[in-house]
Amino acid sequence: MDRLLHVTTGVSILLLAMVLTSLRRAHIRVEYSVTWLLASVAMLVLSLWRGLLDAVRNLLGLPDSPLALFLLGAAVLLLLAFRSSVVISHLRDNNIALAQRVAILEHRLRDLEEHEG
Amino acid sequence: MIRANGPGALLVIVPAFNEEGAIGPVVRSVKEAVPGVPVLVIDDCSGDSTVALATEAGAAILSLPHHLGLGGCLQAGYKLAYELGYEYVIRVDGDGQHDPRDIPRLLERLRQTDCEMVIGCRISGDGAWRTGWVRALGIWFFRLMLRPILGKPVRDPTSGFVGVNRRALDVFSHSFPLEYPEIETLVVLQRRRFRFEEIPCRMRPRLAGRSTLTARKSMYYLVHVLLGVFVNVLKYEHRGHRPPKP
Repeated sequence: MDRLLHVTTGVSILLLAMVLTSLRRAHIRVEYSVTWLLASVAMLVLSLWRGLLDAVRNLLGLPDSPLALFLLGAAVLLLLAFRSSVVISHLRDNNIALAQRVAILEHRLRDLEEHEG
Repeated sequence: MIRANGPGALLVIVPAFNEEGAIGPVVRSVKEAVPGVPVLVIDDCSGDSTVALATEAGAAILSLPHHLGLGGCLQAGYKLAYELGYEYVIRVDGDGQHDPRDIPRLLERLRQTDCEMVIGCRISGDGAWRTGWVRALGIWFFRLMLRPILGKPVRDPTSGFVGVNRRALDVFSHSFPLEYPEIETLVVLQRRRFRFEEIPCRMRPRLAGRSTLTARKSMYYLVHVLLGVFVNVLKYEHRGHRPPKP
C-alpha cells in the first residue's frame, strides 16, 4: 500500500512539473492549467499526508486509503474531461462561424473586385 | 454575380460535397426551370472538380475554407442570402434527386401562404418516391414523434427540398443544426411558432454517388436527431424572434 502511495507521489510531482513547464513554454493557457495544478497538488498532499487521506477514506466510507485517493483522482479526471468537451464545443462553434464568415467575405470581396474590374 | 434584385427575390442554393458527377446537370436544370434566378453552390471543401463544373454551368460559388458538414454548409448559404437581402431561398440537393421543375410551385406556396417554410414532400404525387424499408421505418418513426411536438402532421420530415422565407433566414443565420439538419430545423421553427407547409414533389434517382447513410450511421443518425430534437424542445429561446401577432 505504501508503495502505491509512493508511486502516486511520483506521478503527482511529474504532473506538477509537466503543467509548470507547459505553462512556462506557453503550451497551455493559464485558465486551463489551474485545475490541473490544483489536482496535482491535492494528489501530492494526500499521498504524503496519511492522516488526511485516512480522514477522507472514513468520510467516503471506503475500506482502503489508496482506493479513496484513486477514486478522487478518477472523479477529478471525469470533471476535467467534461470541461474539455465544453471548451471543444465552444471552439467548434466559433470555428464554424469563422469558416462561414471567411467564405462569405471572400465571396463578397471577389464580387467587389469583379464589379470594379 | 448574385445580388437580390428588388423585393421578393429568390435564390436557389445547392450544398455540394464531391458532387462532380451531378452538379453540372443540376445547376443547368435549375437554370432551365427558373430562368434568371441565381444559383449558389456552397462547396463544402470538395476534393474533386465540383467547383469548376458548377462554375462552368453558371452557378455562383461560396467556397468554405474547410469541411463543415451539411448543416454548417447550408447555414453559410442562408447567412449570405440573408445579408444580400433575399426574400426567399430554396434548397436543392447537389445529387440530382430533386426535380427543379417543382421550384416554381414551392415559391408560389411560400408567397401565397406566407408561411416560413415549404417542404417538397417526397411521399405522394407524381413520380412516387421509393425507399428502403429501414429508411421508411425511420421516417415513420420521426413522423410519429414530431406530430405532438409540431402540433400538426408532417409527411416527409427528412426531405432536403425546402424553401424558406426571410423570417426563417433570419433565424437560421443565428441558429441552425449542424448535422442532419432537416428534422431539427422543423423544431427550431416550431419554437418560434413559425409555420410550415408541404407539397408533393417528384423525385428522381441520384445522378451520381450514393447515400452517405450506412447502417451504422443510421443508428448514429437516429440517436443524434432524437437528442437534437429534445434539446431544441427544452432550449430556452429568446422571444425576439417570434413573429409579430397579426
